[in-house]
Amino acid sequence: MTPTDETRGATAPAPAVRARGVGKTFAATGGEVLALTGVDLEVAAGEFVSLIGPSGCGKSTLLRLVADLDQASAGELEVFGKTPQKARVDQDYGIAFQQAGLLPWRTVAGNISLPLELHRMGRAERDERVAQLAGLVGLSEFVDRYPDQLSGGMQQRVAIARALAENPRLLLMDEPFGALDEMTREYLQSELARIASETGAAVVFVTHSIPEAVYLSDRVVVMSPRPGRITDVIETGFGEERPEGLRESEAYFAKVTAVREALHGSPVERANER
Amino acid sequence: MRSRSRRTSTVVWGVIGVLAVAGLWELYKFLGPAEGVVVGATEGQTGSGVMILPRTHDRAMPHLWDMFARLFQSTSGGDSPILLVSVVQAALLTLGFAAVGWLIGVAVGAVLGLLMQRWRLVEWGVLPWVVVSQTVPLIAFAPVVNAIGNQIDRSGTPWPQWFSVALIASYLAFFPVAVGALRGLGAPDRIHLDLMRSYAAGYWPTLLRLRLPAAVPYLLPALRLAAANAVVGAVVAEVSIGMRGGIGRMLIQLAGQGSSDPAAPWGPTFGSIALGLVAAGSVAILGLVLSNYRRGEATA
Ligand SMILES: Nc1ncnc2c1ncn2[C@@H]1O[C@H](COP(=O)(O)OP(=O)(O)O)[C@@H](O)[C@H]1O
Ligand SMILES: [Mg+2]
Repeated sequence: MTPTDETRGATAPAPAVRARGVGKTFAATGGEVLALTGVDLEVAAGEFVSLIGPSGCGKSTLLRLVADLDQASAGELEVFGKTPQKARVDQDYGIAFQQAGLLPWRTVAGNISLPLELHRMGRAERDERVAQLAGLVGLSEFVDRYPDQLSGGMQQRVAIARALAENPRLLLMDEPFGALDEMTREYLQSELARIASETGAAVVFVTHSIPEAVYLSDRVVVMSPRPGRITDVIETGFGEERPEGLRESEAYFAKVTAVREALHGSPVERANER
Repeated sequence: MRSRSRRTSTVVWGVIGVLAVAGLWELYKFLGPAEGVVVGATEGQTGSGVMILPRTHDRAMPHLWDMFARLFQSTSGGDSPILLVSVVQAALLTLGFAAVGWLIGVAVGAVLGLLMQRWRLVEWGVLPWVVVSQTVPLIAFAPVVNAIGNQIDRSGTPWPQWFSVALIASYLAFFPVAVGALRGLGAPDRIHLDLMRSYAAGYWPTLLRLRLPAAVPYLLPALRLAAANAVVGAVVAEVSIGMRGGIGRMLIQLAGQGSSDPAAPWGPTFGSIALGLVAAGSVAILGLVLSNYRRGEATA
């Protein structure tokens, strides 16, 4: 990551996320839990970075620190060169979780427009933006439905539209497709790849699916638990586009293997897979 | 669809329940001994002993049809209006007191709920007193309110007696609202609270757009209970401070003449039951208006 620092120079835009020696301890019953330690990470503007690792390795914690939903207990954390709190107040990021977290009493349109209402966007402009976002996630015909009338995949698409509502420069996603079936999941992955490249937003994407991380990311950050830390960073080098055949290509499989080996800490025998 | 069929079955069960009570009444009246059953009575001493089965003669247990017919006879002889009209008039008056009491109770309960939800310390300090307040018997408490009201009235600030009745009613009404608001306002999921924080939404926007809507499923039953409580409170208050015109006072008056006119007190009795139903039913209408805020109930 140091080379990118040097090539950028002083005039380059601040990276979306810059973490130096970030740590987090939680006070829990029976002592403290060291959830994260010594995290160094830089996410460039427009870059797609996945965090992968076993349960409890601190992926969600790291994301919540970036989102200023929790505060780091050690190290320095900057979001677009500001404190996470300032970035949150400035609405520099949009966020989506594993549960869609839609408000059940609001329609699809009402849910997407929630952040816009809170930030006092005018009625006409808001309606226009909501229609545009609903189109972006393919839900134009469902704007008047309530969340309980939608499938899980559709709910998650609403959540993504809501996260994108204010054109954030950074998208934070915590296992957004974790609860979906494989078909829906692959479909939404392609949609997300398209949306991310169209909007030019940086994405920090938490997942525990290796294929998902590899398919979506420019870089895959591998983490390990007890204490939570970054153990490896793997560049995919697929470029901007995510063509149809990517999931079948040799390059893709090679990266899947590389990430798997990084996760397990040693070369994995292919015969044992699946 | 499902909620509609459930509503119909609620109505059906309600009707069955009323018919069952009516049937039991007439059945016992038919089968039970006219003078009841008393054990351990001393010979020649009326009122001694313990009654284990109530009397069934017409003065103690009038027939349902007599109670019904009585509704259409003059309230107290002469050219007084029929009982039904008097009961409806008295009930409407009491409903008015109860409604004012309900509004005061809802306002106080909501403010308490808001404060307790916002500050843990307030919850710890106030909630025990809120609970204890409900153990003070209304009968003991009503005359005190009335006396204070009279004193204020005499000192120049007008304080009509009905306001004491409303205030006493509010004393029973505020409790479920305070507890319901506390629980409801604390009901939003962590994910929704995180989301509001990510939008940098402060206390008031979060209250308006998240906590209040999420509290609706908790507040509706609380408001319904508050309505029923306000009616009970108003009736008891009328009786214990001797306020005229309402249904509580009417009940006492007609019950006093019960031995000569046993069916009469049943008029205001049914009146006060109807009053409770009307009060609770009005809140049910509120529930229909707010049905979108109850969507979470079905899924979660
Ligand atoms: N609010 C909290 N209080 C105490 N411990 C926590 C809290 N949040 C997370 N942890 C602990 O921190 C560690 C990392 O959790 P998390 O970031 O959720 O992991 P992941 O998302 O990678 O599964 C876990 O051991 C978890 O138990
Ligand atoms: Mg997690």
